[in-house]
Amino acid sequence: MDNKTNQKQTIWELAQEKGYNRRDFLKFCGWIGAAAGIASTQLGRVVYALENNPRPPLIWLHFQECTCCSESFIKSDHPLVADVVLDLVSLDYTETLQAASGHQAETAMKQTMEKYKGEYILLVEGSIPTKDDGIHCCIGGRSALQILEEAAKDAKAIIAWGNCAFAGCVQAAKPNPTGATPVRKLVHGKPIINVPGCPPIADVMAGVVVHLLTFGRIPELDAQGRPKAFYGRRIHDTCYRRANYDAGLFVETFDDANAKKGYCLYKMGCRGPVTYNACAVTKWNGGVSFPIQSGHGCIGCSEADFWDQGPLYQHLPETAGFGIEATADKIGAAAAVATVAGVAAHFVTANLTKHGEIQDRVKGSKE
Amino acid sequence: MGSTLMKPVYVWEIPVRIFHWVNAACIVALCATGYLIGDPPALMSSQEAYQGYWFGTVRFLHFGTAYLFTFNLIYRIFWGFVGNKYARLAGFFPSTKEKLDELVCVVKLDILQMVCKPVESIGHNAMAALTYLVLFLVSFFQIATGFGLLSAMSGSVLSASFAWVPALLGGDMAARNLHHFTAWFFVLFAVVHVYLVCYHDYVEGRGVLSSIVGGWKFIVVKGGK
Repeated sequence: MDNKTNQKQTIWELAQEKGYNRRDFLKFCGWIGAAAGIASTQLGRVVYALENNPRPPLIWLHFQECTCCSESFIKSDHPLVADVVLDLVSLDYTETLQAASGHQAETAMKQTMEKYKGEYILLVEGSIPTKDDGIHCCIGGRSALQILEEAAKDAKAIIAWGNCAFAGCVQAAKPNPTGATPVRKLVHGKPIINVPGCPPIADVMAGVVVHLLTFGRIPELDAQGRPKAFYGRRIHDTCYRRANYDAGLFVETFDDANAKKGYCLYKMGCRGPVTYNACAVTKWNGGVSFPIQSGHGCIGCSEADFWDQGPLYQHLPETAGFGIEATADKIGAAAAVATVAGVAAHFVTANLTKHGEIQDRVKGSKE
Repeated sequence: MGSTLMKPVYVWEIPVRIFHWVNAACIVALCATGYLIGDPPALMSSQEAYQGYWFGTVRFLHFGTAYLFTFNLIYRIFWGFVGNKYARLAGFFPSTKEKLDELVCVVKLDILQMVCKPVESIGHNAMAALTYLVLFLVSFFQIATGFGLLSAMSGSVLSASFAWVPALLGGDMAARNLHHFTAWFFVLFAVVHVYLVCYHDYVEGRGVLSSIVGGWKFIVVKGGK
């Protein structure tokens, strides 16, 4: 090997370097294979791929975001994930954790892009502001859009981490002052894997990368470009409180007896029925819990525009332009009342104006 | 004094009448169950979850009725090709000058209660036809969003064929909200529809109200003694 950069190394080699033994490695293969939805019969393929395929060069860009995706990732339950699979400290470029800074860092990114043209995987965290020529997010004197376009041009595939890169998250919420735009609306003609969530689950992030490594192609995606293995089912369909929903047992307020009994949080605005994610299956922090298990409804953080569908604690969102707390039901009921009033008014006036006509006909019919 | 003769005309064939009543029943059922699904009542119960299923049943009724509603609509569209001239689909579009004039007249007569020449069309009047066209389109929207939302938990071909709809609208939450909003259109429609039918029956005396039961309407024969 002519250089010591780890792009040429395999996950297995990297793992050995970090002091993991064979047993740890195989356990990791089994665990991540299961998490990624790979059949147990294909486990050999996972092991083979992680042993033999060099880890692809990775460039991790940060734009308008809070770094919670990175945070989630390094808190992964399995140490191999953060240590090796997406070795954040030895990524070719990642603002948050790289050792290099300034010109040095920019040069490192340029070099990787040139050296591994068409091979590197671009990981994007954060949305890209497009208003005012993109001045709302500039790195190294260039706008986020310029950086993204340049980096995406020769990328093999793009992974859009988190809701920001998938749909703009909170900074794209109305009125979206910076024109925050997700990756999929700016980059065309490249395979884009959206891994939304605020943040996404660490195990899901690792699973997506392992899938790429194992099969050399992007996983099966849903209509919104999310891997079906993790975003194919709704929180609601995998929720352990689902039986309460079907039985019509709902929490009415957060401090009632029903909440204590663990009833369904549907009426508390839980977005589980409209949210596609793996939270109820994979759970968080090494399978410890997930929001609903902790008594709080899902806020739908893996769905587009979830901030604009608020308040998060009521079932129906507020409707813009109809004042505070105007939901579909309130507007609909008001319209129905207005319609009935209109009909009643019509009834009165019609009887007045058509009175003669009807009287004439009544007379005529007597002949 | 010139008396008028009324001649009965068989306007609504049996398939049209069946469609009407099935459609009406479906809309009532869908609105009622839909409202319950959107805002379930707070029923306190000491039962365990496995002992009850009422909410699941309400949802089942909503989805089951949705299938009936959909196929009933398809059946009506089919009849729009083979039925009599009052059932034809072309009748729903204000496509001719005559129909547009009639449209204006109906608005003047019925809503503004101004003077206009009496509307004498036998099938739907131009205004009613246009309203039903809108009703059909809104129904399609409800079918598309409803089955699109159902596709996440159903393996049926019908719902799978609408799986792209929520994604297009920006996610299930947006689709659900639009579906919920649009449901109110049917409530408003029902109020106005029932009232106007009664009103026409009363003012015109041509049997509009009973026509959807028996199929017969009456037209004035000019020159009768």
